[in-house]
Amino acid sequence: MTDTATVKKLERMALQLRFDLLDILGVGKVGHLGGSSSMAEIVACLYFHVMRYDPKNPKDPDRDRFLLSKGHCVLIQYAALAELGVVPRAELKKVKTLAGCLQGHPDMDRTPGIEAVTGSLGMGLSIGLGMALGFRLDRRPSRVYVVMGDGELSEGQIWEAAMAAAAFKVDNLTGVVDLNHVQATGPTREIFDIPEIARKWAAFGWEVLNIDGHDVSQILTALNKAQKTKGRPTVIVAETVKGKGFSFAENNAAFHNSALTADQYRQALSELEARRTALA
Amino acid sequence: MTPHPNMREAYGLALVELGRKNPHVVALDADLGKSTRSVLFQEAFPERYFQMGIAEQNMAATAAGLAFAGKIPFIHSFAVFATGRAYDQLRNSICIPRLKVRVCGSSSGLSDFGDGKTHQSVEDVTLMRALPCMTVLAPVDGLETAKMMDCLIDWPGPAYIRINRSDLPMLYPADEPYHIGKITCLRKGSDAALLATGVMVGRSLEAAKLLAAKGIEAGVYNISTLKPLDAEALIRAVAGVAAIVVAEEHNIIGGLGSAVLEALRAIPHPPVELVAIEDCFGLSAACYDEILTHFGLTAQAVADAAIRILQGSSKPEGRRKRR
Repeated sequence: MTDTATVKKLERMALQLRFDLLDILGVGKVGHLGGSSSMAEIVACLYFHVMRYDPKNPKDPDRDRFLLSKGHCVLIQYAALAELGVVPRAELKKVKTLAGCLQGHPDMDRTPGIEAVTGSLGMGLSIGLGMALGFRLDRRPSRVYVVMGDGELSEGQIWEAAMAAAAFKVDNLTGVVDLNHVQATGPTREIFDIPEIARKWAAFGWEVLNIDGHDVSQILTALNKAQKTKGRPTVIVAETVKGKGFSFAENNAAFHNSALTADQYRQALSELEARRTALA
Repeated sequence: MTPHPNMREAYGLALVELGRKNPHVVALDADLGKSTRSVLFQEAFPERYFQMGIAEQNMAATAAGLAFAGKIPFIHSFAVFATGRAYDQLRNSICIPRLKVRVCGSSSGLSDFGDGKTHQSVEDVTLMRALPCMTVLAPVDGLETAKMMDCLIDWPGPAYIRINRSDLPMLYPADEPYHIGKITCLRKGSDAALLATGVMVGRSLEAAKLLAAKGIEAGVYNISTLKPLDAEALIRAVAGVAAIVVAEEHNIIGGLGSAVLEALRAIPHPPVELVAIEDCFGLSAACYDEILTHFGLTAQAVADAAIRILQGSSKPEGRRKRR
């Protein structure tokens, strides 16, 4: 249903965001590469195709909102905001320094384009629910997108919010679970197994869509369905690979939050270049 | 405006008033609306009331989202849950972005006398004062509650309001203008200053009478804005006295006593005694007065503290924890 040109454009944008991640981290700077790169396609689809979002007017009260509940992976959002021109590109090199505006976790106070303060895990869906309720009261067209991690689903507050959102029948709220199967200290199933994620959301009253989170056309189809679903919230459970696009980091908890060596940086660059050639 | 003698009823009525004045006021409760009296708002404005179930953390962060969407949310629970259960949400989702969320901590202090320590809040003021950007309020009676609420539409940033469950004596002077930060003098006296908040204001007025009978003139001040504390007004209030007593229905660590000492460190000042709960949790009791007396929160204790200072024996000998 989505034309191939759009899919291609968004695949290239996801790749560009991964280039930006490399740009941000360089050699030796610690950052959350794994969980940022697993979301590249999702972020590309939201910011560059789906969301009502005018980068020339990023405070438009009718804009859609993107909330990163898994706030530690904000590097990928910074990349998108830099591509949109909302954050000056020069800021990317100053991430997590007193000289720059890009904090270690999302902070709307410091960073243009960030919509809330998130990163203490489990809170984003609740904040999104509040926004969605407020927009509904004011009959605004804004939709709210909340991206959560799978490890984050251990937080009880997520399920409090899941219950409440279904009870209030909000349909302008869409959750995305970045199901990358790896958290800070190892594979998610070994830390605290959370089986039947899709069935859990369904049992809480949500519309559930299972997709491949790296397949742009599946992402677009799911987001489109979510927009059309009335009377209840939708969650997109996106099967992803932590560290996607960087072979040495894929499925590797060591790259949850770490720095690249010079060799890894060169390897990453050449892998992304190969992908660029393939997408040409 | 006829204030209700019951503080939570006065609170609920004032909330409805705010709902009338401003269409952006919304209210959320965690299944305690009948106790907190947010139920009055629910009856008046059902479309602007959100029953959040027994889930305080989600309630607090949902309020953050509503504030981002331009609403002025008032969230409700018992003080112990509103501040403790949802502390991280207040901190990260509300205080860091400095959102206009109002947190009503109802049945505060020991005022839920029957339910015991799990439901009584002895540390809520400490927690809320420690949060950067949080305003901390504790009205003395129904009238001050209403006046305070009236300021909460425009007051910037988050605010915590500590609401007592009981009927309290009406002490706020009827014609006295009010602003957040105000320290109200309820009795003049040049020998000692009794600085009190909440239910201890009435008890401090009684203490001043006990002291007057001994020829000691004590001024009594209602401090209902615990943060930001008006240090200049405080310093004016204690100018020239020989003894300062701070009385509060709260743990001795981090409450009004701590706030006063933080402010007074800027000047040479007379000895300060604190009448407060000595670092322990509450207990179930048959009535409010019984539990206050059990923890030494009495007019006599306030008067004795002043006398100890004035007699030069201000070491709190013989005090012990009551469990």
